[in-house]
Amino acid sequence: MGMIMFDDFFIRALFAGIGLAVIVGPLGCLIIWRKMAFFGDTLAHAALLGIALAILADVSSLIAVPFVTLAICIAIMVAKRTPSLSSDTILAILAHSTLALGLVLVSVTGGRNVDVNGLLFGDILAVDITDLLVIYAGGGAILAIIVWQWRRLVAATLSPDIAEAEGLSPQRTEWLFMVLIALVVSIAVKLVGVLLITALMIIPAAAARRVVTSPEMMAVLASILGVIGVIAGLYGSAEFDTPSGPSIIVAGALLLLGLTFVPRRLSAANDSPAPHNHHDEAGHDPK
Amino acid sequence: MASDKTDLINLENAGVRRDNRWLVRGIDLRIHKGEIVTIIGPNGAGKSTTAKLAVGTIRANEGRVQRQAGLRVGYVPQKLHIDPALPMRVERLLDLTAKVSPDEKKQALAAVGAPHLETAFVQDLSGGEFQRILLARAMVRRPNLLVLDEPVQGVDFASEAMLYNLIRQIRDTTGCGVLMISHDLHIVMADTDTVLCLNGHICCSGSPDSVVSNPKYLRLFGAPDTTALAVYRHDHDHIHLPDGTVQHVDGSISDSCHPDKHEHNHDGHDHV
Repeated sequence: MGMIMFDDFFIRALFAGIGLAVIVGPLGCLIIWRKMAFFGDTLAHAALLGIALAILADVSSLIAVPFVTLAICIAIMVAKRTPSLSSDTILAILAHSTLALGLVLVSVTGGRNVDVNGLLFGDILAVDITDLLVIYAGGGAILAIIVWQWRRLVAATLSPDIAEAEGLSPQRTEWLFMVLIALVVSIAVKLVGVLLITALMIIPAAAARRVVTSPEMMAVLASILGVIGVIAGLYGSAEFDTPSGPSIIVAGALLLLGLTFVPRRLSAANDSPAPHNHHDEAGHDPK
Repeated sequence: MASDKTDLINLENAGVRRDNRWLVRGIDLRIHKGEIVTIIGPNGAGKSTTAKLAVGTIRANEGRVQRQAGLRVGYVPQKLHIDPALPMRVERLLDLTAKVSPDEKKQALAAVGAPHLETAFVQDLSGGEFQRILLARAMVRRPNLLVLDEPVQGVDFASEAMLYNLIRQIRDTTGCGVLMISHDLHIVMADTDTVLCLNGHICCSGSPDSVVSNPKYLRLFGAPDTTALAVYRHDHDHIHLPDGTVQHVDGSISDSCHPDKHEHNHDGHDHV
């Protein structure tokens, strides 16, 4: 790869992508376990509205985007109490109306100066020092919270009933989880864009699933695979002159594809007893 | 109703209201150390609500709820679906809500007769195995109060008898209180000290014998079914382990179901 120029912007992009990939690894796992991919997607779409508002009100998107994504979190929680619509429908409505409103506002205010393509697919090569600072300081704080709350996050995912009865307040944990997703989406939107954030979060986690035997292993491996995807995707985009955000996702998807050919539960095959041993003797009479 | 030091839980005239409707009302429930209390009642009778009230996950809208300071609850849920995307071995499940040492895990698994399942994936377990693992998970916390929500639902009879014996053993060895939710009076009665028959309010309560002969109970459930269910209630007092051996209720392991040559204990028919 001798032709790659190690320009500053490329190095910054690399660091930004690696930092983001490490943060989203465990969160992506939680999203998969909780079947909340669509929730992440909704927040990502809402992030575009945040960017539009930032332009409109002339404030930093660092303030406007988390403001909107957190507001959408609350809207989802409130709307869920309305029994007439399924949460699936609620998410779809919020996702697409916020995206549409964002695009309308962007066209009204920013006119042609705004790079809509960059909003939708991200522009990781435009990352500046401030962004890096946000990713590493903010992302580091988010990661610390995840590690600190990990047992509660897993327990609330596996069984809210058990967590509740044993005093772990799963409702609070779920709120925390949603807030963390909203913040990560706010950080990620500039890097990979509105449409690819969910993929960035769940593809490494899904790729990790096949070869791990514990939630902790899956979280760590998801981060590692995410980092590999970012590095491969960025070098690939430089090499083949392809858009950076989509290239990162493609690299991740290829990793996932490659790992699906690993024999199933390679590390677990030898010590897991045969499923369903004879416990159904209720019907037969041993006489 | 004066409370004393051995009371784990003491509900007095407790009620829960949601949307201007009383889910349960007038609940008096005391559980003391080493006592097994079973809540029975039809669907929607407020059994789970009462249990939640007792452990404190919901608050009473009226009445009084007292819990022993530092009460530690071990909870066995009614049913638990674990998403296949979540890689979860038995030994990790035992750690779910609090860190537990490897030795304690081994002890708990041995106690429920599942030492061989330590590294098994929970998604691969049979219904009976899973229930025993859930019990091990709850007891590894060394709870003062073990709460079980329909612990034998969907479990075959052999495992069912085994589970009830395990619950009694846990009570005997740790002295914890047990709060069990059940729709099946006939089988639970063998070990339970107090039965609470619910239907939004306490329909009747007392010792198992007094409840079953109470006309209110009979109106709610009909006369105890002495036909189909009771006939099949002979003691399958053992389980088959994956290596072909058989584990009996007392924990012993042998090569066949009936080492004492067909001493099939038919005295166990409790025609209540």
